[in-house]
Amino acid sequence: MVMPSLKLQDLIEEIRGAKTQAQEREVIQKECAHIRASFRDGDPLLRHRQLAKLLYVHMLGYPAHFGQMECLKLIASPRFSDKRVGYLGAMLLLDERQDAHLLITNSIKNDLSQGVQPVQALALCTLSTVGSAEMCRDLASEVEKLLLQPSSYVRKKAVLTAVHMIRKVPELSNIFLPPCTQLLRERHHGILLGTITLITELCERSPAALKHFRKMVPQLVQILHTLVTSGCSTEHSISGVGDPFLQVQILRLLRILGQNHEESSEAMNDLLAQVATNTDTSRNAGSAVLFETVLTIMDIRSAAGLRVLAVNILGRFLLNSDKNIRYVALTSLLRLVQSDHSAVQRHRPTVVECLQEPDASLSRRALELSLALVNSSNVRAMTQELQSFLEVCPPDLRADCASGILLAAERFAPTKRWHIDTILRVLTMAGTHVRDDAVANLTQLIGGAQELHAYSVRCLYSALAEDISQQPLVQVASWCIGEYGDLLLEGSCEETEPLQVEEEEVLALLERVLQSHLSLPATRGYALTALMKLSTRFRGDNNRIRQVVSIYGSCLDLELQQRAVEYNALFRKYDHMRAAILEKMPLVERSSPQAEEQPEEEGRGASPTPTEPKASELLNLLDLLDDSSGGAQHPAPQSPSPGDAVGCLPAMPGAPPPLAPIPDLRVFERQGLRLTLSFERPSGVPALLLITATATNSSGSDVTHFVCQAAVPKSFQLQLQAPSGDTLPAQGSLPITQLLRVLNPTKAPLRLKLRLTYNHFGQSVQEVFEVNNLPAETWQ
Amino acid sequence: MSSILQMRFMLLFSRQGKLRLQKWYLATSDKERKKMVRELMQVVLARKPKMCSFLEWRDLKVVYKRYASLYFCCAIEGQDNELITLELIHRYVELLDKYFGSVCELDIIFNFEKAYFILDEFLMGGDVQDTSKKSVLKAIEQADLLQEVGVGRG
Repeated sequence: MVMPSLKLQDLIEEIRGAKTQAQEREVIQKECAHIRASFRDGDPLLRHRQLAKLLYVHMLGYPAHFGQMECLKLIASPRFSDKRVGYLGAMLLLDERQDAHLLITNSIKNDLSQGVQPVQALALCTLSTVGSAEMCRDLASEVEKLLLQPSSYVRKKAVLTAVHMIRKVPELSNIFLPPCTQLLRERHHGILLGTITLITELCERSPAALKHFRKMVPQLVQILHTLVTSGCSTEHSISGVGDPFLQVQILRLLRILGQNHEESSEAMNDLLAQVATNTDTSRNAGSAVLFETVLTIMDIRSAAGLRVLAVNILGRFLLNSDKNIRYVALTSLLRLVQSDHSAVQRHRPTVVECLQEPDASLSRRALELSLALVNSSNVRAMTQELQSFLEVCPPDLRADCASGILLAAERFAPTKRWHIDTILRVLTMAGTHVRDDAVANLTQLIGGAQELHAYSVRCLYSALAEDISQQPLVQVASWCIGEYGDLLLEGSCEETEPLQVEEEEVLALLERVLQSHLSLPATRGYALTALMKLSTRFRGDNNRIRQVVSIYGSCLDLELQQRAVEYNALFRKYDHMRAAILEKMPLVERSSPQAEEQPEEEGRGASPTPTEPKASELLNLLDLLDDSSGGAQHPAPQSPSPGDAVGCLPAMPGAPPPLAPIPDLRVFERQGLRLTLSFERPSGVPALLLITATATNSSGSDVTHFVCQAAVPKSFQLQLQAPSGDTLPAQGSLPITQLLRVLNPTKAPLRLKLRLTYNHFGQSVQEVFEVNNLPAETWQ
Repeated sequence: MSSILQMRFMLLFSRQGKLRLQKWYLATSDKERKKMVRELMQVVLARKPKMCSFLEWRDLKVVYKRYASLYFCCAIEGQDNELITLELIHRYVELLDKYFGSVCELDIIFNFEKAYFILDEFLMGGDVQDTSKKSVLKAIEQADLLQEVGVGRG
């Protein structure tokens, strides 16, 4: 049995009555079948009803493309009821992506030229909603004609259709610009409104149009003036404000005309002041007008007094009980904070209060604005407010807040110590939300503040001891403890609480970090390297460290494994180089704020300019710059740290097979002070010779102020690295090591002269000698 | 910065997320529309009652207001005045109210075409056509009359 087709209302009832999605679908599918059949061979008088049903179903999300052709038929029908639904269907089902839409062009043309006003209205509406560029070109002249029609009803619609046409086809401005002068003399609010919208559109797209319409500024000012003062009829007013839609539109146009143009700005100055002071803002309509006025004042070349007035209006808006008004105030003040900084600053207390807003849209704005208001004079107070906010702010604002505070601190920090404190506090509160470069920035900062090393390492140690979960904090703390662990043990620092720390405690803490499941792989890398560094900073025996390092030699994490293996090797085979490799890092150069420092590379004590790839570091070695070839060399202060040697050590697992090792050479011995040279010829760099000079002291008296200098023949290049120290304690196990880099591109026989100066047994000693018996392998 | 306030679309939907009206002023594919509607509804329905009427969504500003069980939602772009958009929404609601006599959601459901017709008399291409309530309502009235009579050509 075929169910009869439902009326629209009944269909809607039935759909709403469906208890499940499946039921709904069933009803709709059944009905769509009817509709299809009806489109094929149903009563044409009822076609519009069928389409209406289809449109309803379409709104629920069901496919309705088979109705597109029906729209065309209905639009072409002479009946108004057909056209009404047909055009509605066209607007809902057709868009310029479908080919079908072009087919309505003809119908629209006919309706525009021959239809009664309501029909023309439908056609114009459809054209301005779904009219493609092609359609607009085809029908522009029709619309132009309608601009001159006697009926204001049609004219107002024609004007807005022209607006759409220009948006689609800017060249049509040629047609629609001339009528504007006449249209602007209209008294009909609708036409006026449309015209001003049209003029605005024209000016936005063409400097010539802009110039042309600047002449109309006095006229526009007059229209607005009338609206504001004579209080127009209630027909157009809202809450006592004369046609706020029209006022806002005029103000917007004035803004465009007055931008960067003194004369126009001046012409509107008084009026703007008038609107700003006289508009009743007890209801939203008035506030909307006032708001637009403020936007215009701020964008044109207005008098200084007027600008201040505008900012103050925004300040008043900030105190309004209406949230929406507070919102627009915050948004606008944010736009002005660059150009009118001092004016906005005056409202800083109110802005800061807005941080307390429970509405996240507002607190976000308040945060952005607060951050923009931080300057060198209020940075302490503001940072405090922002940090309090950070503690309670909604999670999605945390990252921005934390980053904002760090950025502000970087720009305006009054002292280094305050800066470090601030970063510390942020990392403690919201560590997981800070940007990746916060770690690098902080280590850079601390590294550069030598006087604060002790202070920093203590604060970080205490923070770390309390909480090892905040990764950025843990990373920085680990790095710091590794670098300045010796200062941690050293008794008191005047700026912090007295802290008694044992070596074992520190090692235990780092081990905890290493083992914690909370630690990211990068963090563990930091911790491992820090432990390693402490092997040279701490005095105790290194068994514990060696144990940890050897355990991690079989860690599943590749990065950690590699480090551990390399560190292991440092302990075993290259112990004499360990001190030099792990010495304190020179200050890292920051090339740009964007340069990301690779924590892995830092951890290895590698080159301080990590943005350079390894290949160019190698080139640097070949490119050694010398003050004077062959002259006495002093250690270069910013040389790449000895850590590079780690990468070049041929004994790494998986490294290319080493050349036959060159035997060590003892070059000097006196009263227990011994100097030994060991040689390395890295494979792949034939001209390079690495010499490590190791000084040991087996005597009963300390050697102090030990300095070693070297000289080579002119054809060679020599670079001395900073020595690991200058003191050799009596019977000390800790040697001084120093790396010498010799480049021998001509493969000339190597000759080396050394000069030693030091104090020993209470006497100052100087020795100069040439090294004899240099093995041939050092230069062949 | 563009000074044009162009409305991208207007949506009406219920608290249960049922779409009651959609007017698109910028060409968008059906698929894209569905996606945007679904997304935006979720965002708006998640807002708490005391929150302000404005939010940022994708690259647009959204102005919304709840009237009884219906959310009225406008997406605008460019440099804009959210406060006047609120007035615009309110005016539309007033028109519906006057036309249907104390309008409620059911009126919009069962007479959705009328809701469109009224909107199309008030806005065109996203811009306000007429700021007189009286004028707009009169135009609808005349069109309704014409529908009864049935003639389309003069």
